[in-house]
Amino acid sequence: MRHLLSAADLDLDQAVLVLDTAGQMAATQAREIKKLPTLRGRTVVNLFFEDSTRTRISFETAAKRLSADVINFSAKGSSVSKGESLKDTALTLQAMGADAVVIRHQASGAPHTLAHSGWTHGAVVNAGDGMHQHPTQALLDAYTLRRHLVGDGGRADVTGRDLAGAHVAIVGDVLHSRVARSNVQLLRTLGARVTLVAPPTLVPVGVHAWPAEVSYDLDEVLATGPDAVMMLRVQRERMSGAGGGFFPSPLEYTRGYGLDARRLALLPDHAIVLHPGPMNRGLEISADAADSPRAVIVEQVANGVAVRMAVLYLLLAGGDTARGRDDGGAGRAGDGQERTDVRTDETRVHA
Amino acid sequence: MTTYLLTGARPLGGDPTDVLVADGVVAALGAEASRGSGVHVVDADGLVLLPGLVDLHTHLREPGREDAETVESGTRAAALGGFTAVHAMANTSPAQDTAGVVEQVWRLGRDAGWCDVHPVGAVTVGLAGEQLAELSAMARSAAAVRMFSDDGRCVHDPVVMRRALEYVKAFDGVVAQHAQEPRLTEGAQMHEGVVSAELGLTGWPAVAEEAIVARDVLLAEHVGSRLHVLHLSTAGSVEIVRWAKARGIDVTAEVTPHHLMLTDDLVRGYDPRFKVNPPLRTADDVEAVRQGLADGTIDTVGTDHAPHPREDKDCEWGAAAFGMTGLETALSVVQAVMVDTGRLTWSDVARVMSSAPARIGRVPGHGRPIAVGEPANLTLVDPAARRVVVPEEQATASVNSPFAGRELPGRVVATFLRGRATVLDGTLVEAGASVERASGRHGAHA
Repeated sequence: MRHLLSAADLDLDQAVLVLDTAGQMAATQAREIKKLPTLRGRTVVNLFFEDSTRTRISFETAAKRLSADVINFSAKGSSVSKGESLKDTALTLQAMGADAVVIRHQASGAPHTLAHSGWTHGAVVNAGDGMHQHPTQALLDAYTLRRHLVGDGGRADVTGRDLAGAHVAIVGDVLHSRVARSNVQLLRTLGARVTLVAPPTLVPVGVHAWPAEVSYDLDEVLATGPDAVMMLRVQRERMSGAGGGFFPSPLEYTRGYGLDARRLALLPDHAIVLHPGPMNRGLEISADAADSPRAVIVEQVANGVAVRMAVLYLLLAGGDTARGRDDGGAGRAGDGQERTDVRTDETRVHA
Repeated sequence: MTTYLLTGARPLGGDPTDVLVADGVVAALGAEASRGSGVHVVDADGLVLLPGLVDLHTHLREPGREDAETVESGTRAAALGGFTAVHAMANTSPAQDTAGVVEQVWRLGRDAGWCDVHPVGAVTVGLAGEQLAELSAMARSAAAVRMFSDDGRCVHDPVVMRRALEYVKAFDGVVAQHAQEPRLTEGAQMHEGVVSAELGLTGWPAVAEEAIVARDVLLAEHVGSRLHVLHLSTAGSVEIVRWAKARGIDVTAEVTPHHLMLTDDLVRGYDPRFKVNPPLRTADDVEAVRQGLADGTIDTVGTDHAPHPREDKDCEWGAAAFGMTGLETALSVVQAVMVDTGRLTWSDVARVMSSAPARIGRVPGHGRPIAVGEPANLTLVDPAARRVVVPEEQATASVNSPFAGRELPGRVVATFLRGRATVLDGTLVEAGASVERASGRHGAHA
């Protein structure tokens, strides 16, 4: 794997490898000195054409914890606002020697174009493109789900495990959600069952081809006892009556699809609640639900750093390990020794 | 003017015969077509002779976007594609919404001399869809406009569309509609379906086209006028046109070569070469338009040749312009998907690419039978040839061909415009150039 553009880029082995590597990265983050020398001398560019402070900071933190040099490039106030194209921006970054470009773009497919156009030779990581994909979000969600739902609720080692048998309900604005698209693909790859829940206006035409069930009734789905409920942000800017009108009113949406204390109580005891943030409290999720012990929303943020460290490591320093898990290194099967490699063996990962 | 003897040509794909082209007309056929002195002989053994192709749907971009195409470069491309007449769409800058602008385009075409250029008049001022342009003035101008369209945009206001349909009856005009319901296609980037859902691109539903086609055929029936549906792309639109024709409504329809061959699956690579309006549809839609063309529901093939400068396509999907070039590949695509598959004969090709568009556009002298005394607007095709499309080698000023790198059948060997060879041996013949220098293995003096 040279780039990470879509959750569909990952087969089962690769997905588990990323999760296992993230586990190793997370273990290093509990230490007093969190920084690893792994990507010393490498340059990672955060190329953000769309505002997203939390995703940018997460990638920046991940790269810095791996000792990479980080350049943050925001379209606002840059040459892009003066009309420079993605192509010329990419050529500039290439000239500056970027080893990896983490790109967030409002246009679906922009990371794909960047990766395949020859404008940059570095690895391209999709940090969210339009309504298309947000693969590291799906990976951090999967990582969080695995921690809670696999290995006796996180008490046993989950290394090498997938999500077979888990049932995840993804609720809300599926139509506009790159998080939903990424999660459907990755969760299915990992063996989970996915149910999408939304009003019909927020379900894409063509969803029948997705490996997921679709329901318009949240209460009905909650009654089936899902292991996790993933709430999606209602993108208020898309919901105006004149231009969108995807539902009649916020109140009606909340009645039908909001997760509140009553609905929370319908869930099995072990079930968890996820949200990619930022949340609209009182719209898709109530304060009761957001702040409940079942909510792992803050943990998702922390896991995001570990997952992004794993992705950058595997793309930039993983070498052959990024293409398979049978060659040791940060591979899926091992535990202690591989962790040691990731933490300290600078020579190996630079080889 | 040079006299040409095409030996062994197959008119409309029929039996081989000799054809004499002299003084701008088909002067003799068969045994009567003798080799006089000074006659330039073209070895046309096994080649198909068609009436010169007519395109109802070409974007020449001049005035305003000469960086994408000029009348000169676009008509060179047309001649190489076998066209002897093209209709230049109105979405130039300024728009072709006055007699002055349509006359300018018409004169540029006449001066270039590669094929007849018939400007399409805008239906509304500035293509804004609000106020009717001076349709009558354009019809009475030197350009003698008979086809009107806001192509690129839909005349979406039903009252404006009704008035346009009524008004053009005064001069036997036709309104050519770009059928796209604007509210249903806000922000649309590709066909709405399985692929758009996967790619996260805003979908362009088939019903957005079909709703306008349905409305317009009913309006055309109500006011008793002529309607032409441009670049029809969905199975539903084919059904509506089929119903309308059965009902006796005076509607004609067109399909593009790319909608006859390509599907929305190609968008998966986010390659902007495949971004077009209307969007590439599904395999079912492609099958429906092929069937519609075969059974006569769809009357014509229109190229929708839409050149764009490289920078408008060398970018991410969302920022890329809609449109594809098509003049130089149209006949090959039609051969590949319709002739070589047995759905159309060469005689049918002559109908859908020459006589029908000439009739709809009211173009005199084109789309005529290959018969003695008829204007020698002719296209000679080698159906056995095959070639890989290399956009950089084409005459159009732009390179946004969706067929780049594909091998396509057929090759236009020669094109004659009123008896003058604009293309010989697949090469453009500059006005006044020696025919000997321009022609290769197909040419020799008797």
